[in-house]
Amino acid sequence: MIYGTKKLNCTNILAKQHYRIVGFKNIVSSLSIVFYMINENSSKGIGKVIFSSSLGTLIEWYDFYIFGMLAKTISAQFFPEGNETASLLSTLAIFAAGFLVRPFGALVFGRLGDLIGRKYTFLLTLVLMGGSTFLIGLVPSYKAIGIAAPLLVLLLRLVQGLALGGEYGGAATYVAEHAPPHRRGYFTAWIQTTATLGLFVALGVIMAVKGSMSDAAFTSEWGGWRYPFWISILLVGVSIYIRLKMQESPVFAKLKAEKKTSINPLKESFGHKANFKMVLLALFGAVMGQGVIWYTGQFYAQSFLENTVKLEFMQNREILLWAIGLATPFFLVFGALSDKIGRKWIMLTGMLLGVICYRPIFNELLKSADAKAWLNKNEGMRYVNIEGQKNPSVKYDTVKRNNETLVITHVKGVWQLSDGIKFTETYADTGALVNNGNAKTYYGDQSGFLWVSKDKKPVYSDKVLTTGLKWKFIGLVWIMIIFVTMVYGPVAAFLVELFPTKIRYTSMSLPYHIGNGVFGGLVPFIATLLSATFTTDPLVGLWYPIGVAALCFVIGALYLNNKIDKEVND
Amino acid sequence: MGFIWMVIAPVVIYFLVTGAIHNISSTGTKDINKPIPWIIIITIFTPIAIGLMIFGFYALKGEYDKLPESSEELT
Repeated sequence: MIYGTKKLNCTNILAKQHYRIVGFKNIVSSLSIVFYMINENSSKGIGKVIFSSSLGTLIEWYDFYIFGMLAKTISAQFFPEGNETASLLSTLAIFAAGFLVRPFGALVFGRLGDLIGRKYTFLLTLVLMGGSTFLIGLVPSYKAIGIAAPLLVLLLRLVQGLALGGEYGGAATYVAEHAPPHRRGYFTAWIQTTATLGLFVALGVIMAVKGSMSDAAFTSEWGGWRYPFWISILLVGVSIYIRLKMQESPVFAKLKAEKKTSINPLKESFGHKANFKMVLLALFGAVMGQGVIWYTGQFYAQSFLENTVKLEFMQNREILLWAIGLATPFFLVFGALSDKIGRKWIMLTGMLLGVICYRPIFNELLKSADAKAWLNKNEGMRYVNIEGQKNPSVKYDTVKRNNETLVITHVKGVWQLSDGIKFTETYADTGALVNNGNAKTYYGDQSGFLWVSKDKKPVYSDKVLTTGLKWKFIGLVWIMIIFVTMVYGPVAAFLVELFPTKIRYTSMSLPYHIGNGVFGGLVPFIATLLSATFTTDPLVGLWYPIGVAALCFVIGALYLNNKIDKEVND
Repeated sequence: MGFIWMVIAPVVIYFLVTGAIHNISSTGTKDINKPIPWIIIITIFTPIAIGLMIFGFYALKGEYDKLPESSEELT
């Protein structure tokens, strides 16, 4: 078993060098599994098809993810400085915008794929994605070129979204049209792993780059955060080379030779009631719920651990890497299982489990890393602030305005438990206004210095968990990604079997990208809005994915068919 | 059940519009106080909600009682 615990002998969780090694080992281990399993199938010829399709799709996901993962750094580089939340939401808006154009990409490239063929269409999407990712890494910062910087980034992000919209349908269709009927679920599940493996590789690359340099070097204008974008051009180059050697799908090639391809795929997909009816069923009965389950397990979990639980950056990524690495083989398990028992109930069970388990799981994550509870225990705890003193570190800044001087006090310290738990405690800054030799402490807006706060509640952040607790977190995130594998593993085969060959690319791409791009892509955005509105419940953001998944479960249970369509050549 | 899907669609739009009216404010500093996110979300969800209404209408008419067996039935 490649993912044995010995691979993660993490004795010093703050050792960046170690993280770098762990990150690379995880990537290498994962790729070893992929190459081994593909090689197993190579004798049947399908291995090559899966490899060439999956690699390109994986790289497209990698390209798409690194932007979201580096959102904070990108926000600081490309948007006017000021309110940090506003800046972050601006980036999230771009993130959502990237997802929102995905349905358009599905229409544009889906149509193209049904007109000229699968091979050249998803070759084009790869070039667009790789090129735009590389160029994002070359855009100068807002400080250097002003408003042109965020505009360029937005434009390139839209191109990324467009390309992604065209990629998946082509890859899934291409593999499905090569696969034998009794193993279609298993073979297309390889395509399904790419969305998760792309996240895995993106996380690994970012951790490796970040671990090899200081934070300042990573976040500087031309710093390490750009490297993952530049790396993309190499990965895409390799993938384009491989895809150029691929043959057209035999099913589509036959259709083309017989001159039976669609003349107007958009009209035939959405203008004909019989097919449009199935597009609606696919969207509301399957991919809408699949999209939110996928995003909640892979993205919202990471965002929640970082922004709400406030785990330390590297440990947060390490938890996700392990959870993803250990869960990824289950895409294939559920894909293969769907060949035996049908697609419907596996997908719907994944949705139902998400609906039932999300709040308890997220609540457990929050409770398990409650710094106040740790402080209340108090025993075996010692204070280790930056200067090695037993008291919090107190620092002062002065701001002068006319004949007044404001003295700002910063109070910050680092706690460490005897078992290794560590976290930072930061108090809100206070200000003392000195006027004509008399000093008085002011809070709120009275001094005219708007940021001065009366809030005495400390913020606990940069939490580093013990090994045992870390594995508990890995287990909880792993469970959520297992839900993802249940809904996502069989979905490509399900969609392919739903539509006829001549309009398959178009018909399956649109509902897939509305489900994943719109419903799924808006999970972080709507969760942020809900959290800002209902501030007392830290789990309020979960009601959106829970509601959508519940609705989709009921619709799917009522109307979907569990029968496997053996014939996809028609 | 088709009637329920048809009803859900306008209800979602209603909540989105009232949510926008209540939250958009020129004095507010939060993102929910800005019109742009609401415009984006409502614009996206409106056609999807219409799709859900059409889906509900088809379901009400029993169009999903028997699903197609072959591609000929779809084209």
